[in-house]
Amino acid sequence: MRMNNFLASRWGIISVGAVIGLLAAVLQKLGNPGNMGICVACFERDIAGALGLHRAEAVQYLRPEILGFVLGAFLAALLFREFKPRAGSAPIVRFILGAFAMIGALVFLGCPWRAMLRLAGGDLTAVLGIAGLVFGVWVGTLFLKNGYTLGRAQATSKTAGAIMPFMALGLLLFLFIYPQIQGEGVSGVLFYSVKGPGSMHASLLVSLAIGLVVGGMAQQSRFCTMGALRDLVLFGQTHLLGGVIALVLFAFLANLVFGQFNLGFTGQPVAHTMHFWNFAGMTLAGLAFSLAGGCPGRQLFLSGEGDGDAAVFVIGMVAGAAFAHNFGLASSAAGIGPLGAAAVGTGLVVCLLIGWGMRAKGI
Amino acid sequence: MNSTIDARGLSCPQPVILVMGKIKEQASGAIEILVDTDTARENVSRAAKSKGWKVDRTEQDGAGYRIVILKE
Repeated sequence: MRMNNFLASRWGIISVGAVIGLLAAVLQKLGNPGNMGICVACFERDIAGALGLHRAEAVQYLRPEILGFVLGAFLAALLFREFKPRAGSAPIVRFILGAFAMIGALVFLGCPWRAMLRLAGGDLTAVLGIAGLVFGVWVGTLFLKNGYTLGRAQATSKTAGAIMPFMALGLLLFLFIYPQIQGEGVSGVLFYSVKGPGSMHASLLVSLAIGLVVGGMAQQSRFCTMGALRDLVLFGQTHLLGGVIALVLFAFLANLVFGQFNLGFTGQPVAHTMHFWNFAGMTLAGLAFSLAGGCPGRQLFLSGEGDGDAAVFVIGMVAGAAFAHNFGLASSAAGIGPLGAAAVGTGLVVCLLIGWGMRAKGI
Repeated sequence: MNSTIDARGLSCPQPVILVMGKIKEQASGAIEILVDTDTARENVSRAAKSKGWKVDRTEQDGAGYRIVILKE
């Protein structure tokens, strides 16, 4: 057991937030979409598209950053003897929470990381999304105070714990076996966007390298955007919050240097101005993250260190992205999708029922 | 008064909620906490310190850890 894990200290988590903020701005500079240097929800949605689980042509790319997050976390966990295969804490509930978390995030157009990056890029519509996120997490803490639990996970075999990292490795191989062909929408089994956000990306190796670095550092520091808000509300603790503030601050400074800062409500990249739905979408996402115990990034890092329940949440998010685009639930720059409002309402009811129903005394 | 909390298998933030709850009931003495991940070990230790408790010792216990916190 290591007692001197610097990254898990106060300055450690602040450094990790700063590095993520900087690297996100760098990824945008190198080709990723506007205020989307890193977005876990958007990138998992792009992966769903690359695999043909939805056919929204503008958002199909097997984002190497996400694969790097899982593999980087896996390697760091192995290196520091923190790879602990575990599973069995209400997987079906976690799948549903993942799906609705994604649906809520795609109504807003971003995960909590991107909400912070949008703010750091001057997109003021993100303020409503962040307010919704805080509200959703707060509702989740009410359930936590009343005994909400998904139950205990059990230790499981190394094979089970390694499934997610090996899936990431398999998908990474796909990227090399079926590389992007200039101007073509398909390469072997993979779909590639020719235009739209899915066509905008840094080079594969740079994206992968940054993904690996962020994955390793985040696994070691336990960086979590939802946890930052939850711990503040629930315990008055500001440990994780330091990382989130550093992310916003360093992304903001790097955006200024790169000329990527553009203050205003309108004309923001991959964003819409339906303020109520920005708020409501992130309320749903925040509640789902809170009930599942982690933001989308944290769930990826946990899946890398052998947490099979976090892996189910991630698969739920990918499935949710497919539903979101197949059923017209996802927003676009023009506003929410035809069934976006209905999906947010349904998701809130489902999450409230889960929060209410999953209570146990003397777990 | 001494007591034990078994937080093994529980995910964030439940180990901390259990410890905070016990600290509220028990003003002093020793509390033994069993956790199974490094994150839970760090979180529980940080929470106890924030409430003025001292982390007396942390030992390997099977695949997890046994943490003992104290307050005079």
